[in-house]
Amino acid sequence: MLLQINTPVPKDLPLDLPLPEWLLVSLLVISFLLHIIFINLMVGGSIITLWAQIKGLKNKEYDVFAHEIAKTITVNKSIAVVMGVAPLLSINTLYTIYFYSANALTGFAWIMIIPLVTIAFLLTYLHKYTWSTFEHNRKLHIGIMGLAVAIFLFIPLIFLTNVNLMMFPEKWGTVKGFLSALMLPNVFPRYFEFLGACLAITGIFIVWYNGRKSYPIEEIYTNFTRNTIKKIGYSIATVGLSLQIIFGVIVLFTLPSKGISYAVIAVMTGAGLLLAYALWYSYKTVVSEGKFIDLHFKKITIAVLCFLFFYGGSRQMYRHNSLEKHQELVAAHTAEFQKLSKEAREQSLVLQQQEAATPKTDADLGKGVFNQYCAACHKKDVKLVGPPVTEMASIYQSNKADLQKWIKAPGKKRADAPQMPGFPQLSQTELEQLSEYILNIN
Amino acid sequence: MDFPMFHLDWLNDRFLIAVIAILHVFINHGLAVGFIPYITWLEQKGVSMASANQITNLEWDNLVYKKMKVAFIITTTIGAMTGVGIWFSVALVSPASIGSLIRVFYWAWFIEWLVFVTEVVLILIYFLTWKNSNTSLKAKLRHINFGWYLSIFSWITMAIIVAILGFMMDPGNWNNEQTLLNGFTNPIYLPQLLFRTPTAMLVAGVFGMLLTTIFAKRGTEMRAKAIKFAGQWILAWIPLVIIGAIYYWNVMPSAMKENMATAIGSQDFAEYYNLLKYFIIGAASLSVVLAGFALLKPKKINFAYVIVPCLFVFGFLGIFERVREFIRKPYVIGNYMYSNLLREEDYPLYKRDGILKYATYTSVTEITEENKVQAGKDVFMNLCSRCHTVNPQGVNSIVYVFERMYGIGQPLDEGSMKAYIPNMHNGRTYMPPYAGNEQELDALVAYIKQIQQTGESLEGVQTAGVEVNPLNNAVEVSKRNEAKKIENDTKIAKN
Repeated sequence: MLLQINTPVPKDLPLDLPLPEWLLVSLLVISFLLHIIFINLMVGGSIITLWAQIKGLKNKEYDVFAHEIAKTITVNKSIAVVMGVAPLLSINTLYTIYFYSANALTGFAWIMIIPLVTIAFLLTYLHKYTWSTFEHNRKLHIGIMGLAVAIFLFIPLIFLTNVNLMMFPEKWGTVKGFLSALMLPNVFPRYFEFLGACLAITGIFIVWYNGRKSYPIEEIYTNFTRNTIKKIGYSIATVGLSLQIIFGVIVLFTLPSKGISYAVIAVMTGAGLLLAYALWYSYKTVVSEGKFIDLHFKKITIAVLCFLFFYGGSRQMYRHNSLEKHQELVAAHTAEFQKLSKEAREQSLVLQQQEAATPKTDADLGKGVFNQYCAACHKKDVKLVGPPVTEMASIYQSNKADLQKWIKAPGKKRADAPQMPGFPQLSQTELEQLSEYILNIN
Repeated sequence: MDFPMFHLDWLNDRFLIAVIAILHVFINHGLAVGFIPYITWLEQKGVSMASANQITNLEWDNLVYKKMKVAFIITTTIGAMTGVGIWFSVALVSPASIGSLIRVFYWAWFIEWLVFVTEVVLILIYFLTWKNSNTSLKAKLRHINFGWYLSIFSWITMAIIVAILGFMMDPGNWNNEQTLLNGFTNPIYLPQLLFRTPTAMLVAGVFGMLLTTIFAKRGTEMRAKAIKFAGQWILAWIPLVIIGAIYYWNVMPSAMKENMATAIGSQDFAEYYNLLKYFIIGAASLSVVLAGFALLKPKKINFAYVIVPCLFVFGFLGIFERVREFIRKPYVIGNYMYSNLLREEDYPLYKRDGILKYATYTSVTEITEENKVQAGKDVFMNLCSRCHTVNPQGVNSIVYVFERMYGIGQPLDEGSMKAYIPNMHNGRTYMPPYAGNEQELDALVAYIKQIQQTGESLEGVQTAGVEVNPLNNAVEVSKRNEAKKIENDTKIAKN
């Protein structure tokens, strides 16, 4: 009850959705998955590059490996950004009130995404293109990547805070800025689950990337073979998948109960089982002999891709459940307001018609024109913005034409007053009425 | 009214959008739409310059590649992120308008997105396969073709977005027919496109010349040649730039007139508009001088000569954007939503009952003598904060705009402000009409008066959070909804 008093019920925009809701939801989920895969590759790739390059200080081969992964980050990041536009459009359309409210409440952090990501992107280019320049200053070179990784690790927190906050309108009244929204339960478990996914997907990507026939491993590395690198990939995936499972379970327990249903639990459990399946085969590959390196690749990849759909689906189901009740209230409030607004519109129309129907004298009409266009700056006998009306009357006493000319296109005579805007929109009749009023002010 | 108000009390909210958007336009026009065809043209020149046993003139090719590298890095970092940044900043500052636009233009933006994805994929292919394509003539020619495809796609993204922009300015049509077609057929679409296309080419040429002065070694033949080509490129586009700019310049006042339901123009518009004339003359003649100089004395050209015209043509583009934005006022969506984010159709209700009653976030709903200033603050946040700041040092601060009229440093008179505000839109036609009722007006002027006295500032929701209107929380709305249902049910039962 206390919570509900603090729950705002905004009105929605009185415009229909451009598509049936189910279609928009499908577009949102699918385009989001495409986006998040490349985000995973970008963030995971940066972490792995940093890790490998630090290892490369002792073992040169890891430095080469880091360079090879670094080359993929700048491509993946471009695709990640462009892929992000479609889910952004879709979530804005479907959840306008919820998403924009969360954005505004965390506004400073939200807008900082733009400069921060730009800087991180520039750093990844700098890092990639100065590989040989900083040959003898490896620590500085690693520092560049370290900075980029730090930014890449921070940005997901902002996004997660937003998609989390949007589901809980009951918290909007209590949140004061990004940090307090970040502290809502469930943001951090989701964050670590996400980092696990970054490693898992990047690990699988490394196995695939280095397995391509056209990729000349022998020319690039002196000691590393395809199998060594693939094994690194599987190890990374194993770590990532384990993190995902551990934090996935924590997410399940820390999720506020309002959006949970048996269906959500079922889909999340399915997602967990798929991860466990992938983890088992990934681990088996890591500890197996070299010749079995490709044996389970397809199983792992398919399991993880299926997992992504379960993951995307459960997110959307949870969001739907937790907002359903509130959305009903929003719809009711919107309809209530629309009705009131319509009544007021009709009422004011009637008043206008009555007003138009009452007969008026010329002086009355002139006063009406004056009040509408001039009263903001001119008063009868004191200076406001411009001179008092009595002064105008004395200046233009016998010169109505010049007064009207001035009103249409004024000049500037007084140092103590700002430039008057012109009123060319006044008709000749209105001008006549107005000048009648001004010149006969006394 | 329905969204928490993000607010920057010093920089000004619109300024945030402006900075991001202008930067994006510079990069999009100057480094993508104009630059890609320019680079492809130069790459092609390299092939025709090659000696018999070469695929391309490698030294030349390398110079062109370096220029492309700069454009590639900038477009895929600052360019891409400012594009997203426009969304982010508009969502923060003007959620009701962008939310409305997206409900109607979802498909337009979706198509735009598909074209944009293609553009990004093509630019990745074009740049990343550059060096590998130098192995055979066939590969090189295919690469050059990719450059032309990319040029076409970047132009199409611009052509679509101009339609979306155009629609927002198209007075009246929003209420009649909400289709994108109106964006393409509205009176300023073609002038805008005819202005933007050659101007993008011009900016690209000048910027390309600037990069040549950085990357090509002084005194070399190659540098002179590259500068000469840039000069030719600029001269070729200049006539079209001038025609496009004048065409656009001429249709602006009529677009303005239709939007401002009552007035032909305001002083502020006239000031910008006149400035624009000088910018057209200035940018065109400066570019002609630079291009002529480049053709006649290419060896003399260095960085210092090019940087000034370069900044000038970017400024030229910028000032056109500023004026275009101005045409929109007092609306954010022509004849539908004012720049304070209130729909015109709801005005009678707000004028009758006041706005606070219907606001989602306000601490005051019944104005008393005690809470008057606080109420004024809530009114300000809902009605004025999209364009005005409270902090007296802020951009377009409310105290400053009043002092400019009533005298700098003079104590503001509540009575005068009260007389002015309900009528301001008649004289200052870019202002939306005041939306609240009489008591709210009293509260608003009391608040403005206090700001002048105390020099206080106004925190946005991003730091201060929100206070939920006690009339519009979940409990109250549910109660009203239930009461209405019961009322309806009894009506049905009676019938």
